[in-house]
Amino acid sequence: MRLDVIQSACNELEQACAVIGRMVQVMEVCGTHTVALFRHGIRSMLPANLKLLSGPGCPVCVTDQGYIDTVIDLARRTDCLIATYGDMIRVPGRNTSLERLTLPNVRVVLSSDDAVALAQKHPEKTVVFVAVGFETTTPATAVAIRQAQELGLKNFTVLCGHKRVLPAMHALLSGRNDKIDAFLCPGHVSVILGSRAYEPVVKNFNRPCVVAGFEAEQILLGLAKICRQIADKRPTVDSVYSLAVRPEGNPVAIRIIDQIFEPCDGPWRGLGCIPDGALRIRQQYADFDAQKRFGIEQIPAEEPGGCQCGKVLCGLMDPSQCGLFGKKCTPDHPVGPCMVSTEGACAAWYKYQR
Amino acid sequence: MCLAIPARIVEMTGDRAVADAMGNRWAIRTTLTPEVKLGDIVLVHAGYAIAKVEEEEARQTWELFAQIADMETEQNQAKGAEQ
Repeated sequence: MRLDVIQSACNELEQACAVIGRMVQVMEVCGTHTVALFRHGIRSMLPANLKLLSGPGCPVCVTDQGYIDTVIDLARRTDCLIATYGDMIRVPGRNTSLERLTLPNVRVVLSSDDAVALAQKHPEKTVVFVAVGFETTTPATAVAIRQAQELGLKNFTVLCGHKRVLPAMHALLSGRNDKIDAFLCPGHVSVILGSRAYEPVVKNFNRPCVVAGFEAEQILLGLAKICRQIADKRPTVDSVYSLAVRPEGNPVAIRIIDQIFEPCDGPWRGLGCIPDGALRIRQQYADFDAQKRFGIEQIPAEEPGGCQCGKVLCGLMDPSQCGLFGKKCTPDHPVGPCMVSTEGACAAWYKYQR
Repeated sequence: MCLAIPARIVEMTGDRAVADAMGNRWAIRTTLTPEVKLGDIVLVHAGYAIAKVEEEEARQTWELFAQIADMETEQNQAKGAEQ
């Protein structure tokens, strides 16, 4: 950590916020940023008129309950083998979670590659890969589908819950919360999409978009750049994460996402249906689509009573303002999705700011 | 969930590789980064290299992880002392 860089970023931030002279609301889109902001103690270093909003950038949190219920239904079938990232097993559906069910046919995998290997090892079962995540995670699922096709695997399927970050940012500014002044853009999603991907947000909504990594100096530099742009009334796309994020992103990854998936309207938990906010498997790969294989119709679920995760995810409410926070809803007994994932806004607030 | 970890490629055959981050080694795929070579440092997410990065980026992140690990050890020790 370079203290001189941090000091000068803080000074720049102070100066810019003084020029702006009103409350500024910057949304950190990514859950990893939310946690990093707390861990580094950055929230306490900010000018009084700069407010950070935790955005809908935790894939676990925005996965609709209807999707979780579908996974649970499939997990109850003896002919299925569920392969899931560890993040998903604690998420409650309407009645229960995968963890609480303790079914023998649920396997935690570290990679989509492991899910393909499971299908090879268990020809008697149909593997259902629980595919959630944003653009960082989607390419790995796409590679797995392509590989399953190359291997001629008939028992590998994907329950596609992948989401697209940019349509959610558009949806927020188009009505759900137009008070957001700027976005601190996710570091690792941007590794795939490239910093250029945010140009339409700047063009259509006049809001700064700055990509940052997860170290304290990068986050502060990113915030300083955002506030300078607001002060100068010159919103643009910028990146302080040039060591990993290129303007064009990762073209190989973008190509394979596009080869296997197509955008569709889809439910984001707490935000509702977002146009082009989700991905579905293209028709030519339908054999690998668990939804088609098992004839599933997913029904978006109502939020649990009293849960304010929807407002939290839109930056309209701090987690501590929810009546359930820290009382009925805790990391050990989560009610809403933002308390389940360690990168959820409520879980981060509970751990660091109670 | 979108966190990627920098790691050095220490073995490589085709698009299958072994990555090393601070002494921890695991199998990864380099399908999405066909340009990488043995000895390169990559960002790894969910078992896949997603970008080649420079030594400096990796060093910063590894230092940060070491700090977090130290901090959490201290916190756990403090908790242990309280109980």
